Amino acid sequence: MRDVATVDRSPTTAPTRSPWRRTRARTALAVLVLSVTTLLGAAPAHAAAEATCVADVATGCINGTIRTSEREPAPGVSLEVAGAGTTVTVVTDAEGKWAVPVTVAGPYTVKVDPATLPEGDVLRDPSANPRTVNALLGQAVGALFPLVAADGSGAAPTPGATGAPGAGNGEVGTPTNSQQDTGFSWDRLAQQTVSGLIFGILLALASVGLSLIYGTTGLSNFAHGEQVTLGGILAYVGCQLLGLPLVLSGVLAVIAGAASGYLQDAGIWHPLRRRRVGTTQQMIVTIGLSMALQYTYQFFFGGGSLRIVTTNPTTLTFGPVRVTVTSLVSVAIAALVLGGVAYFLLGTRVGRATRAVSDNPALAAASGIGVERIIRLVWVLGAALAALGGVLMGLYLNATSWSMGAALLLLMFAAVTLGGLGAAFGALVGSIVIGVVVEVANLFIPSDMRYAAALLILIVVLLVRPQGILGRAERIG
Amino acid sequence: MDWNNILTNVAGEFFAPTTAAYALAAIGLNIHFGLTGLINMGQAGFMLLGAYGFAISTIAGWPLWAAMLVAVACAAVFGLILGIPTLKLRGDYLAIVTIAAAEIVRLIGRSTALTELTGASSGLRGNDYKHTFQDSSPFGDGNFQLGPFDYSMSASNSWWVRIVGWTVVGLACLLVWLLIRSPWGRVLKGIREDEDAVRSLGKNVYSYKMQALILGGCIGALAGILYVLPRAVQPDSMGRPMTFFVWTILLLGGAATVFGPVLGSIIFWASLMLIKSVMRAGVPDSIMRTEQIEQFGWIVVGVTLMLLIIFRPQGILGDKKELAIDVR
Repeated sequence: MRDVATVDRSPTTAPTRSPWRRTRARTALAVLVLSVTTLLGAAPAHAAAEATCVADVATGCINGTIRTSEREPAPGVSLEVAGAGTTVTVVTDAEGKWAVPVTVAGPYTVKVDPATLPEGDVLRDPSANPRTVNALLGQAVGALFPLVAADGSGAAPTPGATGAPGAGNGEVGTPTNSQQDTGFSWDRLAQQTVSGLIFGILLALASVGLSLIYGTTGLSNFAHGEQVTLGGILAYVGCQLLGLPLVLSGVLAVIAGAASGYLQDAGIWHPLRRRRVGTTQQMIVTIGLSMALQYTYQFFFGGGSLRIVTTNPTTLTFGPVRVTVTSLVSVAIAALVLGGVAYFLLGTRVGRATRAVSDNPALAAASGIGVERIIRLVWVLGAALAALGGVLMGLYLNATSWSMGAALLLLMFAAVTLGGLGAAFGALVGSIVIGVVVEVANLFIPSDMRYAAALLILIVVLLVRPQGILGRAERIG
Repeated sequence: MDWNNILTNVAGEFFAPTTAAYALAAIGLNIHFGLTGLINMGQAGFMLLGAYGFAISTIAGWPLWAAMLVAVACAAVFGLILGIPTLKLRGDYLAIVTIAAAEIVRLIGRSTALTELTGASSGLRGNDYKHTFQDSSPFGDGNFQLGPFDYSMSASNSWWVRIVGWTVVGLACLLVWLLIRSPWGRVLKGIREDEDAVRSLGKNVYSYKMQALILGGCIGALAGILYVLPRAVQPDSMGRPMTFFVWTILLLGGAATVFGPVLGSIIFWASLMLIKSVMRAGVPDSIMRTEQIEQFGWIVVGVTLMLLIIFRPQGILGDKKELAIDVR
């Protein structure tokens, strides 16, 4: 019954880990110099620095090939293989290959020195570095470290754990220009703040819908993340499977998203409201729906990541800050759309009616507003915004996957709670704060913990100011 | 189609350790939701903390009882931290915070920064922490066959895990039965039905809710230990879906009942196994691949959860009058 995928961790490998943690904290240049010197010193000592290894009865091999994001071989990447009481440093050869012969079977830890990666490339899955492999005598085991371009193409969303119950791993990939190692500098602060603003504005597209739906119906929609995923996946289907241009498939994805919102309200939520099913019960229904939809996406599109566009984006540099053209355009679209939503809510009759329903449905109905029609409209609008958010987020993160929305959902809830549950502009403010926190937290804590920082804010906000930044105190029970 | 094999697999699920672990987790959730009306969407977080607490302290060389105490203490502290900001707020806030807190536990557990402690995303190897439990088995080594079921006596996925697991489930059922009949349990039910009424009787609602949250969480932690004993601690297999399965189990069997969680867990895992085995045997690969059958099973679970809460929120054993989900 024990999972075969479980990695062996032997106590002998543990002491060798601490130096790596120290190197991570240093600046990239220092690490580069350091690794070059270690390399020069280590190479003659260890015959292992050759990229050839033949497995025989007494020898096992750990090997791999490192390729750049352009699928070219990446020479000169330094790796450390530790285990069975020794540590060996190898460097990839001109073909990007590396190999280490071992004479003792058992677990070995393989670590890529991120500073020696080709310029502009980062590991696709930093959490898989260092990685433990189980070496056997007479066999070769591989340890692959896929790379992606650091600028404009962050980490692809890693698929969730294989096997049941497959959890989304909670990471939606590393956004544009997000740097992998921690350590503070003003340039990096600027870069991360800009990344955070971009991420926050895109997140706002999704959270505004969540907030509007909550405001008008009182429903915490846990399936809203799946609306975001729907947008991303439909853009992928349009671009990659049907070969449509990106803009057209994006527009189609948003239209389909809006249609799904209409159908969902007509098919599920309107009947439930008519049956007078309470909002808590409805919330559990959204959880069931979210689960069913996630596995439906996985059923049809698999557990891997889906790239909406496969070309590498162009990057612009403003002082210390690098952004891709795609994310600038995305932010422009998002800002326009959010401005449109603001105008709709403040300046039009229907928008005023929406806010009236949000404030007090009974009073709104009494003053002649068709509450159900407004709610239907909010569902369509919310789902369309979520789909647009999904398309743009999928472009920003360079890939989408079945679990993208699920991973973003809690960030959306954090944003909406921070801004004030039910206050539409609160969701915008909250999203931007959450976006910046997630990215700037990268400077201080390991990047795979940065979502935890955002969720911690959610809890702290509830402790200090439960109605959120823009919410009103009487909303709280 | 090999019905004999399929039915054996299904019957094996009736008393599998996983079934017991989920039943125990659902019993904990029953104290939260069934008795007190707390919408805890982070039961998997309690379980994961319990599993980490047990495994890490065992790896550090602590004896079995101490490791279990650590697990329960972790869950108690977690419940306290969760409860302070949220128990005074409306129900859906508790749902959002618990689900977020469970995610925080998982994200921190799988972070590479804690690799030495938690093994990051690959988790902790089962053989590193199973030994104290296996050594406590009175049965010794070897296998034992009962009818078509052949498991080892003590190692890993053994009869020993099954016996201990179901004994704990039985004790937890007894506890819930006693609690429901006690004055303490009546206050909890009063809070579920009408919090203000209970407050007007001079009861400290906040404190009662906190006690319920912690008690249910501690049972969740024990369920977490039971869940990881036959396998490994892997944070990604104990995420949000796990919480949702526990909810489905509780609502299937019947919240606010004594045996609902146990019945729910047995039916849940047995029918899932039945669906998957029949489909694996009956559906050709060209129509549905093996992993798609797996996903199909989970889709069925999601739809079941939706239908249950809409059409039969009291589940199989429950009484609709007893369960007022929407009071708060």
